[in-house]
Amino acid sequence: MKLKPRLFAGLLAAVGAVVAGSTAMASTFMPPAVTSTAAEVDKIYAFLLIASLISFIILIGGMFYFVYKYQRRSATDKTAYISHNYTLEFLWSFIPFLIFMFVFVWGWKVYHDMRNVPADALEVHVMAKKWDWRFLYKSGKEVVAGLDDKGQKTPATMVVPVGRPVKLIMGSEKISANSTDPTDRPVLHSFYLPAARVKQDIVPGRYTMLWFNIEKPGDYWVFCTEFCGSGHSAMKAMVKAVPMPEFEAWLASEGGGALTLADQGKALFAAKACVGCHSADGSRVVGPTFKGLWGSNRTFDGGGSAKADENYIRESILNPNAHIVATFPKGVMPAYAGQLSDDEVNAIIEFIKTLK
Amino acid sequence: MASTGAHGEHNYLNHQKGIWSWLTSLDHKRIGIMYFITVMIFFLVGGLFALAIRTELWSTGETIMTAETYARVMTYHGAVMVFLVIIPGIPAFLGNFFLPMQIGAKDVAFPRLNLMSWYCLLLGAGVALLSLLYGGADTGWTFYTPYSIKHAPAVICMALGVFIAGFSSILTGLNFVVTTHKLRAPGMTMNRIPLFVWALYSTAIIQVLATPVLAITVVLLAAENIFGIGFFDPALGGDPVLFQHFFWFYSHPAVYIMILPAFGVISELITTFARKTIFGYTAIAYSSLAIAAVSFFVWGHHMFVSGQSEFAGVVFSFLTMLVGVPTAIKLFNWIATLYKGSINLASPMLFALGFMFLFTIGGVTGIFLATVATDVHFHDTYFVVAHFHYVMVGGTLMAIMGGIYYWFPKMFGKLCNDAWARISFVFIFVGFNVTFYPQFVLGSLGMPRRYFDYLPEYEHLNKVSTIGSYLIGIGFVVALITIIHGLLKGKPAGPNPWGAKTLEWQTSSPPPHENFHTTPIVTAGPYEYR
Amino acid sequence: MSTANHGNTHSVRHHAHHYESAEHEHQSSKEGVWVFLCTEILMFGGLFVAYAIFHHLFPETFKIGSKFTDVRYGATNTVVLLFSSLTMALGIYYCQIKDQKKAVIALSITILCGFIFMGIKYLEYSHKIHLGLLPGDWYAGNADMIASEIGNLKLPENIGLYFSFYFMMTGIHGIHVLIGMGLIGWVLIRTMRGEFGPNYYTPVEGVGLFWHLVDLVWIYLFPLLYLVE
Repeated sequence: MKLKPRLFAGLLAAVGAVVAGSTAMASTFMPPAVTSTAAEVDKIYAFLLIASLISFIILIGGMFYFVYKYQRRSATDKTAYISHNYTLEFLWSFIPFLIFMFVFVWGWKVYHDMRNVPADALEVHVMAKKWDWRFLYKSGKEVVAGLDDKGQKTPATMVVPVGRPVKLIMGSEKISANSTDPTDRPVLHSFYLPAARVKQDIVPGRYTMLWFNIEKPGDYWVFCTEFCGSGHSAMKAMVKAVPMPEFEAWLASEGGGALTLADQGKALFAAKACVGCHSADGSRVVGPTFKGLWGSNRTFDGGGSAKADENYIRESILNPNAHIVATFPKGVMPAYAGQLSDDEVNAIIEFIKTLK
Repeated sequence: MASTGAHGEHNYLNHQKGIWSWLTSLDHKRIGIMYFITVMIFFLVGGLFALAIRTELWSTGETIMTAETYARVMTYHGAVMVFLVIIPGIPAFLGNFFLPMQIGAKDVAFPRLNLMSWYCLLLGAGVALLSLLYGGADTGWTFYTPYSIKHAPAVICMALGVFIAGFSSILTGLNFVVTTHKLRAPGMTMNRIPLFVWALYSTAIIQVLATPVLAITVVLLAAENIFGIGFFDPALGGDPVLFQHFFWFYSHPAVYIMILPAFGVISELITTFARKTIFGYTAIAYSSLAIAAVSFFVWGHHMFVSGQSEFAGVVFSFLTMLVGVPTAIKLFNWIATLYKGSINLASPMLFALGFMFLFTIGGVTGIFLATVATDVHFHDTYFVVAHFHYVMVGGTLMAIMGGIYYWFPKMFGKLCNDAWARISFVFIFVGFNVTFYPQFVLGSLGMPRRYFDYLPEYEHLNKVSTIGSYLIGIGFVVALITIIHGLLKGKPAGPNPWGAKTLEWQTSSPPPHENFHTTPIVTAGPYEYR
Repeated sequence: MSTANHGNTHSVRHHAHHYESAEHEHQSSKEGVWVFLCTEILMFGGLFVAYAIFHHLFPETFKIGSKFTDVRYGATNTVVLLFSSLTMALGIYYCQIKDQKKAVIALSITILCGFIFMGIKYLEYSHKIHLGLLPGDWYAGNADMIASEIGNLKLPENIGLYFSFYFMMTGIHGIHVLIGMGLIGWVLIRTMRGEFGPNYYTPVEGVGLFWHLVDLVWIYLFPLLYLVE
C-alpha cells in the first residue's frame, strides 16, 4: 500500500494533534499532583495515554479504512488468499513487546520509590475501622472525625507539614475496642490519597505502610478503597498540608500536651511486666533486651532471620513463640494477643524505637 | 436440498416433543439452547441489578435505595453476571451447540455430563439465590475476607452456590477437552479445526485447571463461616490476604474463561463476513494457548496494594505485560484479515467490528493497570470498573450478541430481521461508550469503586454514565424483540445464509439430530475462501 | 444413548452413537477420567498450599497439634488403603478377563477396606471431639484430658488452626472415600450382573483410577498430619 505524500502529511499532523491534545488531557483527567511521585506517575500516565491513542488510531483507523475500502460489491466477490506474513506478524508482536517492557521498567522504577520510605520521614499512626479514620501522632495527639455547627460530620483531618516525607503506619481495628460482639471484627480497608497517587490496603492483624511528601499546601481527600460495608463510601478523611511552623504550632495546640506515645509505651513496659524479662539498657535478662532492638537483624532459632520492624515487634508481643531469637528460651513468654489493645501495642513499639 | 426450516424436515428441534424431552435431552444442541435461555434469564436479572446501580448513582446521596441495599445489589450484579452469565455464556451455549458441529462430531464426548452441567448451573444459581432469604450477601462478588466472615447464612449460600456452579464449568471444560481430542471427523487435524474450537479448547484447559481452586476456596470460605476455621481470619493467626491469592488464582484465569471464547467467535465472524481466509491462523490459535498458559501466573496484579512484597508486585507486573503480546497479535491479525476482503456489514459483523473497537480500548487500558506505578492510583477506582466492563461487556457480550445473530439461522433455521439487529447494535454500542467512557475519567479523578455516594464534583459524569446505561438497556430490549420476532416470524434461512465455510454450515438448518446427514470428511483448512 | 450401558452383551458391546467403536469410546472415557483427576489434584493442591504456608508461619502450632494424632491409627489406615488399591487393581484385572467371581471378591474387599478406613476415622474423630479438639472458633479443649493425652505441654494460642487443617483435609478426603465406596458399590453390582468383560470394563477402570487418587492423596496426608512435627 503506497501512501500519497499529502495523505502522509495529514496523518503526521493528526498524530501530532493527538499527542499534543492527550498531553493536555492527561493533566485534566488526573487530580492535581501534589507530590513529586505523583508527577512521576502522571508522566507514565501521559505516555500510556499517547501510546494508547496512537495504537488505537492505527488499529481501529486501519479497521475503518479496510471496512470502507473493501466493502462487498457483489455476492460473488473473489478475495485475496493471504494466509500469513511472518515478517509482519513478528513486527506486531515484537514492537508491542518492547513498548510493554519499556513501561514495565519505568513503572517498576517509580513503584520502587513509592515503596521505599525515606529515613527522615515523620511517622503517623493510622487506625481504620468501620467506617472512620483515626490519626495518632508520636506526640500523643489524636485526630478523629468531628461534628460541625450544623451537626454534620466533618472528616478526621491529618495535618502534615509541607515538604517533609510522612510515613503512615496503618492498622485496622474493631468499631469498639472493648466490643465482644463476634460480628464486630476488623476488616480490610484501603488508604487512598488521590492527590499523591498513593494507595495501600490496611490488613487486620498487621501493619502496612505508606509514605508521601506533599509539596503544595492544601486540603486533600482521603478515600477508603477496599469495600468494607454500607458505610464504605462515607469513610472519608482529609490530609491538610501546612508549612512546617504552622504544623508545629498545631501539634503543640489543644490535645497536644498528652503523654507521648513513647512515654505511654514506657509506662506499659513497667505495668504489663515486660520489664521482668526484657531490659531497656542492653543487659540480658530472660528475653532479649529492648535496647538497640529497633531496626536490628534478628536471627532465629531453627534458621531464618528478619529485620526488627513494626510488624516483627507486633508479632513478638502478640504471638511471641512464632519466632524465637537464637540462644533464647522458648515458650516462656505468654502471648499478649487479646491482652493489649492496638493502641497499647503501638505505644510499646514507639517506646522500643526510642531505645537506640 | 435442505432449504426449508422447521417444516416437516427431521431436525433436532422436532426430533422429540414435549418439555420433558428437552429437560432430559442428551443432545448437545438442545442443551446449548437450554443454556441459551437460562443464561439470557440470568442476564436479564443481572442487567436489572446494573440499571438499579446506575439509577442509584444518578445523584449524590440516597437516590432510590439505602446503602445496605446498594451493597447487596452490587454484590448480586457482579456474582450473577460473572458466575451465571459470562462464564457459561459462550462456552456452554454457543460452544455446546457448535464445537461438536465445527469438528464434525455427532455430539460431545460425555452427553450425560453435559446435561448434568446444566443442572449444576441451575442448582448452583438456586442455592446462591437462597441467600436472599437470609437478607442477601453484601460482600461484593469477590467475597474478600475478613469482611465475608460473619457467620452469615447468606454468605454460606453464595459460597456453596458458586461451588456447585463451578462443577458446571468443570464438566463443560472436561467435555470440550476430550471432544476436541477424540471426536474430530476424519481429516480434521488439529491444524484444521476452526479458531472458535481452538479458543474453546484453550478455555476448557483453564476451566479444568483453575475452577477446582475456586471450589476449594469457596469451601474454605463456607467452613470459615460455619466453623471459624481461621485460615483467613487474623484473629486465629490466619491471613486475609491468602484468601485473595486463592481467589484470584482462579478468578484471574476466569477472566480468560470469559474472553477467550469471545476471541474465537470474532475469528469466525471476521472470516465469514470478509469472505476471506483468516490471516495468521497459527498465530491466533497458539496465542489462545499462550494466554491460557500465562493466565495462571498473573493473579497477583489484582493485589499490588494488598500488602504483598515489592518483589512480587514487580514479577506479576512483568508477567501481566506478557499477556498483552498474544492479545495484540490477535487484534492485528483480525484487522489484517479485513485487508482485500469482501466485507459485508451485516449485524454479526457490526458486533465483531464493535468488539474490536471496544476491546482495543479495554486492552490498552489494561496496560495502565499492569504498570505497577499507575495501578497504585487506579486500583479499586472506576478506572478498573470501566476497564473490565470494556473487556467483559464490550468484549464478551458483544461477541455473544454477534454470535447469536450469526448462528441464529443455523440454530433455528430462520433469519432475524437484520435492520432491527443493526438498530440493537447501535444502541448497545453507543450506550456502552456513553456509560463506561466517563468512568475512565471518574477513576482517573479518583472516584473509588463500590461507592454508594460520591463527592459532588463527580456528579456530572455519573449522570452521563447512567443515561448511557439506559441506552444499553434499550439496545438489549430491541435485540430481544428481534430474536423473538425471528423465532416466530423469521424467513427460512437455508443451510448457509452467510456463505460461511466451517462445517456447521454444510448441514441443513436447523441441523438434524445427529448433526450431519453423512459424516463429513475434511480435506482442507476451515477458511478456504479462494 | 440409553442403549449404551444396558444388557448382557458379553462379547459385542454397543457403543454410544457418537463414537466410532467401543475402543474409541473406552479411550475417550479414560481420558475424561484423567482430566477429572487433574481437577481433583488441583483442588487438594489448594489445601496443601495452605498447609505449607501455615506450617511455615506457625511451626509450633503444627508441632504440638500433631501430637494429638495417633500414628498407629494413621499407619493402619495407610496400609488399609494401600491394600485396597491392590484389590481394586485386581478387580479391574478380573473384570477384564471376565473372571466374575474373583472380580466380585476383589471389589468387595476394596469396599470393606473403605469401611475399615472410615471406621478408624470415626474412632479418631470421636476421640478428638470428646477432647474438644475442634476446628478454629469451635475449639474447646478440655485441659485435664489433654494433659493426660500429651502431658503438660503449653498449647499455642491458635492450636484450633491445626484442627481446622486436620478436619478440613481429612474431612474432604473422607468424603472422597465415601464417594469412592459408592462408586465401587455401583460397579460391583454391575459386575455381579455380568456386564463387564474384555470388551467393556470402562466404568471399573475409571472408578479404579479415582480410588487410586484417593489413596494417593492419603499418602500425602498421612505424613503431613501424623508424622511431620
